[in-house]
Amino acid sequence: MSKKPSATIEQKPAANAAHGQAPVNASLSKGQKIELFRQMVRIRRFEERSHRAYTGKNANGGSNIGGFLHLYNGQEAIAVGCCSLMGAHDHVITAYRDHGHAIAVGMDTKALMAELYGKVTGCSKGKGGSMHFFAPARNYWGGHGIVGGQIPLGVGLAYGVKYKGNKGSAMAFMGDGAVNQGAVHEAYNLAALWNLPCIFVIENNGYSMGTSQARSSAGELAKRAEGYGMAWGMCDGHDVYEVRATMDKFIRRAHEESKPAVVEIRTYRYRGHSVADPDNTYRTKTEIEDYRRTKDPIQVFQATLLAEDVFTAEAAEQIDEAARAEAEAAAEFADASPYPTVEDIQKDVYWESDNPTERKSEGRLFFN
Amino acid sequence: MPLIEYREAIRNALAEELTRDPNVVVMGEEVGQFQGAYKVTKGLLEKFGPTRIADTPISEAGFIGMGIGASMLGVRPVMELMFWSFYSVAFDQILNNAANVRYMSGGQINCPIVIRGPANGGTNVGATHSHTPENILAAHPGVKVVVPSTAYDAKGLLKSAIRDNDPVFFLENTILYGEKGEVPDEEYVIPLGKADVKREGRDLTIVTYGRPVIQSLAAAELLAKEHDISVEVVDLRTIRPLDIDTVLASVRKTHRVLVVEEQKPFCGVGAQLTYMIQAEAFDDLDAPIARLCTIDAPAIYSPPVEAEQLPNPQRILKAALALLD
Repeated sequence: MSKKPSATIEQKPAANAAHGQAPVNASLSKGQKIELFRQMVRIRRFEERSHRAYTGKNANGGSNIGGFLHLYNGQEAIAVGCCSLMGAHDHVITAYRDHGHAIAVGMDTKALMAELYGKVTGCSKGKGGSMHFFAPARNYWGGHGIVGGQIPLGVGLAYGVKYKGNKGSAMAFMGDGAVNQGAVHEAYNLAALWNLPCIFVIENNGYSMGTSQARSSAGELAKRAEGYGMAWGMCDGHDVYEVRATMDKFIRRAHEESKPAVVEIRTYRYRGHSVADPDNTYRTKTEIEDYRRTKDPIQVFQATLLAEDVFTAEAAEQIDEAARAEAEAAAEFADASPYPTVEDIQKDVYWESDNPTERKSEGRLFFN
Repeated sequence: MPLIEYREAIRNALAEELTRDPNVVVMGEEVGQFQGAYKVTKGLLEKFGPTRIADTPISEAGFIGMGIGASMLGVRPVMELMFWSFYSVAFDQILNNAANVRYMSGGQINCPIVIRGPANGGTNVGATHSHTPENILAAHPGVKVVVPSTAYDAKGLLKSAIRDNDPVFFLENTILYGEKGEVPDEEYVIPLGKADVKREGRDLTIVTYGRPVIQSLAAAELLAKEHDISVEVVDLRTIRPLDIDTVLASVRKTHRVLVVEEQKPFCGVGAQLTYMIQAEAFDDLDAPIARLCTIDAPAIYSPPVEAEQLPNPQRILKAALALLD
């Protein structure tokens, strides 16, 4: 998204207006629609600011952010659309492209940016990094680094919801590369076998790292659900209304019937698999630009809201300015925050070592 | 005191904890209708019903991961691995997810899961089913590892494991399942991380855990009768946390140490123990620390030869005599 509406961007409302008429969207107030837009913009600006921090240097000439940085630019409508449907007993777990979901569930961007910087004020006290954001108080269970490894945990969250007798669900997000992991298929089977309210969400951005879907996956991704007797669906992840309309059906079904489903949401990421990865070996600049120009989820939704008279272009601009300022403030906070200490390394390892007065076991827990 | 089998002691611990805490569930392959591959869970389905005692498909990565996810929400799953050897197909779940989630979340998430099942050789089932992964498990900060040798210990330690808020890996032994031991009717728990001196002695300390405790006690008996050697046998019971203080106290008494373990020698639990003993009690040692392990090869099938690959009373006796020579 450029700062000002640009002549090169074809701002068109979502192609299928019917999704805006779906009850879950038609019932939204103007304020709620603007809020969806704001969340998407906040994610975009956070990601762009973190990208600048990653590629730039700190005052000492060192890196602001270590390791990998998997950015969510282009996929914002998915996290925002899905997380906007969460109730008290709906849970979210995802893989390492986890910043968007974290913002969408309401995590503080200061704590997120500080985590990227490896600071003690980070959401995981600087112990998790970009791939490992968590907010259990917001039903957000990470943030997981191994492709597909989080999906059985998602089934476990759904199991926990059901075991405790709550009407809820778990949304277990993965990329299109994860669908070929064995753990995902084991999770599918368990969820279907035990009627667990788990919705497996495949964010299909077309590439598992640098390998296209055509070169890595046989058949239709979501349709594999049929092998487990599960319902499945597909939708366009560039339209937040469509994401919400589609997911709403499956979430309701999970709540009412405790049934799992697989939903494939077609999307596109603008940045490399991670920022450090070359982005020119497997796709063209033209392809990326085409998506940015014609299918950008924020531009599409802005055009939709303008057409609906929900807000003005000036209001959209103000939201964008505020999101930029928020991301900048997050970076300043992160930069100014202290790192954890060496003494902090061995905290948060065991519940017992962090709660010594309640410790029941004896003996040495650590070996230095 | 009533004499009951090791498997029954485990079953009783499960039943008591299932009764005590509605968040406890038992899951695994064949734990319900089939009554347990080794009959550890016999009768539990009838008593507690299919919501609490759940048969899973043969799908260790899936169901162990599911248990970990459920534990994050406050369920306290006790997951049975039919063999701990199958941990390898759930390795990512056990050692990336269970072991790390508390740390990576900055202490926000707990994982109060127990994974239990047998981990031993000696049953002629070949290399794939004879792994003893306690060293590999215990190498991961964040987890606890328990290896009980007797019915009494198994019951008391499992009850502590189920009440623990950290992930606990509980390694049993198919050869010990039928061994009877004295177990009181009244409730008791044994804290994790507390070693037990199973036999007192003067001349030599054998530090061991699991089935080799039983074999070391047999060897100690022979050494006393035939060689007039007084052996102290220290049963670690828990590998992590580790009660090194009880080990060191015994070393300071006998001044000689033989570590016996059903592990391969390379980077085994014994390697860690011998490092710690020399670091902390060097001046108390009258001889280099000796170690008796499983002979360093994949588990051989051939039944009479497998018995020689593993620790056994005769091998322990020889190692003790060599150390005292």
